[in-house]
Amino acid sequence: MQASTETVFLYPPTPLSARCYSHAKVETDEEFDARWVTYFSKPDIDAWELKKGMNTLIGYDLVPEPKILDSALRACRRLNDLASAIRILEAVKDKSGPHKDIYPYLIQELQPTLTELGISTPEDLGMDIL
Amino acid sequence: MLTSRALLRGLKSGFWRPLSSTSSVQAAHGKDMSPDVLDPSVPQYNNRLDTPLSDVPFVRNLNSEQRQLKEKEKGPWTKLTKEEKIALYRLTHELTYPEMRRGSSEWKTVLGGVFIFLGFSGMLVWWQRIFVFGEVPHTLSDEWVEKQTQRMIDMRVNPVGGFAYHWDYVKKQWK
Repeated sequence: MQASTETVFLYPPTPLSARCYSHAKVETDEEFDARWVTYFSKPDIDAWELKKGMNTLIGYDLVPEPKILDSALRACRRLNDLASAIRILEAVKDKSGPHKDIYPYLIQELQPTLTELGISTPEDLGMDIL
Repeated sequence: MLTSRALLRGLKSGFWRPLSSTSSVQAAHGKDMSPDVLDPSVPQYNNRLDTPLSDVPFVRNLNSEQRQLKEKEKGPWTKLTKEEKIALYRLTHELTYPEMRRGSSEWKTVLGGVFIFLGFSGMLVWWQRIFVFGEVPHTLSDEWVEKQTQRMIDMRVNPVGGFAYHWDYVKKQWK
């Protein structure tokens, strides 16, 4: 029986670099935003891709950046779909949850685009109240 | 008694049916009364907070003025009036987000129903108390209980921490 030079732990203490985390590269916020802006910027995007993109984006645990929404709204314009544009605005407001200051910020950032494309906000159309 | 119970059951089913989902679905999809609305093998419209853009628009069979509006949508949106924008939204979506989030007053009905039936049960219990149960045993009468209590004090029931402990034998009263 050999003399053991190390005591045995139930959970061997490993140095930081050898911890059992995934070695996948974590995407930065900027990369995430850029990827989505590119997705919606496709010139010949079709209706299904817009729906799929929006539904996926709303499924994430975040409120999309104004630049992503801008790209999505312009995609709606290319598809001649005003209803979806308004719906996107409603969805991000709902997505903000209890943080009531996010939506006004988004509208403020998107105002030039909204005016340019002629998209009315749900508030303008009186659809934010029952 | 039995006939009134049958009446209650009939009332209950007639009462709850309008609140069930199937009739409201049929009412809402009055525009699309075609069989494929209730056909799950075909993409369905649905109102979901987590799915802002549904697979198909709410109204698919457009009449001529709706088709004209759709044509106008292809032009600059700055030329659309507010009513037209709202109309376009409602063609594609049945409910707005606030409408989806709106609760119902169903809980009041449920709570009211619960109280009604609890009250009815209470009535039954009361009736039973009056007409079914006989007299209470004589050993629970005040007179008997007095004599019983005096006897328990005299024989010093539980003198350490119980019954007779609470009786003051000097002052002849409860502590």
